[in-house]
Amino acid sequence: MKTLAASKLGKDDLIATYRLIKLGRRLDERLWQLNRIGKVAFHISGQGSEVAQAAMIKAFNTKRDYFLPYYRDMTAAMGWGVTAEQIMAGSLGKAADPSSHGRQMPNHYGSVAHRIVSFGSTVTTQYLLATGVAYAALLDHKDYVTLVTTGEGSTAQGDFHEALNIASIKKLPVVFAIENNGYAISTPNREEFAVKQLAERGKAYNMPAEAVDGHDFTATYQAFAKAVSRAEKGKGPTLIEVMVDRLTGHSSDDNQNVYRSKEEMAALKENDNVPLFEKQLSEEKILTPAEIANIDAEIKEMVNQATQAAEKLPAPAAETLLDHVYA
Amino acid sequence: MAKKTMIKAITDALDLELAHDDKLLVFGEDVGKNGGVFRATEGLQEKHGEDRVFDTPLAESGIGGLSIGLALQGWHPVPEIQFFGFVFEVMDSIGGQMSRFRYRMDGSRHLPITIRSAFGGGAKTPEMHSDSFEGLITQFPGIRVVVPSNPYDAKGLLISSLRSEDPVLFLEHMRLYRSFREEVPDESYTVPLDKAAVAREGNDVTIVTYGAMVRESLKAADELAKNNISAEVIDLRTIAPLDVETILTSVKKTGRVVVVQEAQRQAGVGAQVAAEIAEKGILYLDAPISRVAAPDTPYPFAEAEPDWLPNSNDIVEAVKKVREF
Repeated sequence: MKTLAASKLGKDDLIATYRLIKLGRRLDERLWQLNRIGKVAFHISGQGSEVAQAAMIKAFNTKRDYFLPYYRDMTAAMGWGVTAEQIMAGSLGKAADPSSHGRQMPNHYGSVAHRIVSFGSTVTTQYLLATGVAYAALLDHKDYVTLVTTGEGSTAQGDFHEALNIASIKKLPVVFAIENNGYAISTPNREEFAVKQLAERGKAYNMPAEAVDGHDFTATYQAFAKAVSRAEKGKGPTLIEVMVDRLTGHSSDDNQNVYRSKEEMAALKENDNVPLFEKQLSEEKILTPAEIANIDAEIKEMVNQATQAAEKLPAPAAETLLDHVYA
Repeated sequence: MAKKTMIKAITDALDLELAHDDKLLVFGEDVGKNGGVFRATEGLQEKHGEDRVFDTPLAESGIGGLSIGLALQGWHPVPEIQFFGFVFEVMDSIGGQMSRFRYRMDGSRHLPITIRSAFGGGAKTPEMHSDSFEGLITQFPGIRVVVPSNPYDAKGLLISSLRSEDPVLFLEHMRLYRSFREEVPDESYTVPLDKAAVAREGNDVTIVTYGAMVRESLKAADELAKNNISAEVIDLRTIAPLDVETILTSVKKTGRVVVVQEAQRQAGVGAQVAAEIAEKGILYLDAPISRVAAPDTPYPFAEAEPDWLPNSNDIVEAVKKVREF
């Protein structure tokens, strides 16, 4: 694993990244709690990919670029500017939810103000939307880059192929990310695809592609930084497969103990990306263990505040039921 | 004013709007240099450039997703789905995304996309090249489904669609493309969306229809006039949302209704029209509502096509029955 110092990011940047990672974890844990006590109808967890998500978005200019996330990208969405309270508003179905004003499923992160396009539930459709968003940059002579993510299960869809093909033909300024966490709900990689790594598929589109370990912050950040630079230079799209873990079930309605062995689950816990990142922070003397503990306490308080604030927000009014079907 | 075919009227509309609206983009399979397999986009790439009129790979789902992404960024995509029988490949874009986007975003954003597609039978091309699947899309509130029946309306309805903030599915019946010419102004004009037309006034019976069946219904009305039966023909023009008011006004006057569609009988637009009349106008009726439609089979082989497609004789027979009730 590469050192954090090798990322050449400054100390402040790395601490901010750590806060984002930890917020991703603590907020996710809170959403599970709220689900279990019946306040949040549904949750899809990103536990196991927080470091990868933070590394990925760090490579982009989040004040300029567009992001089309998939449903595990809560940490990435917050890194792009969405607040914990806004995420909470979405999960609680409140009118202030920036994704869809409380009208969509939770975890379909979006925000017009932050240039995040919310996901349409049918997996991989966001890959095609990203081609349109990226093509508009060329037509409008704008310099933004588009990031789109998906899980590895979605790469079996035809839309995956159509999007990569179109993007490559048009040399679109887009970065395609695959967050490979090993499972499509309960279906393991070996039953999802026959290639060794999904990054091999880049060849089929004459598109640079690589696989990186998502636990390795620096390697992940560098892979995306290279892709962003290619896009900025007009060299077209890149495909990046990020190897991550899924520490929880697919969703709040899934129990992965049914299809994953105890040994496998224990190994996952051993390899949890968040403590690994904390270890790097203290080993490289970026933060002391005491400072890490302090940050955690602050983050927990942030999550409490976001929860309380979001719970007080109004739901969309039922009287708006028939509004906005047509102009 | 010159006499033009429907396809020429459609090309005119696209040409005028490409000039009028610099955010309009026309794209799809073979629409560029080739001008489309039906020549609806002939000459447009040469005139408006390869940025505005361009070919896509053979990927309907890709065309749908590309359209949504471009519309999100302020462009007005006008994608062509070469044959509407291929709609299944792009169904998620239409039903899962475009049609519900404004609602999902609580009115804060919209997707001004007009999908053009050729549909309908009569060219001895079985199955997917002749299907009438318009009824499927009317199940998605939020997208308009517009079906012109003549060159004048085709141009005006298309311009209205292209200027609409909402997504529109604009269905062009292949048999109408070149089968007749009509006076069509050269300049730009609009025909209102969501508004049915009284294609022929009459007092004894109302024929409610759309698309290619408007011509058959008008032919039937001519035939019926010879027997002193005065038929009113309603051309729906927009089949979703439905202009129920115009239908009911006519039914109130005539008391008898025949609903005509080229598509198979089960479900579909004709069933919806009949249901609206039954719910809201049953007291105006002097006879049961009758429907003329294709049989409930997949689109058939060429030899059977003349029997399968509804025609003016079927409509005349149906009218006579409701008259004699």
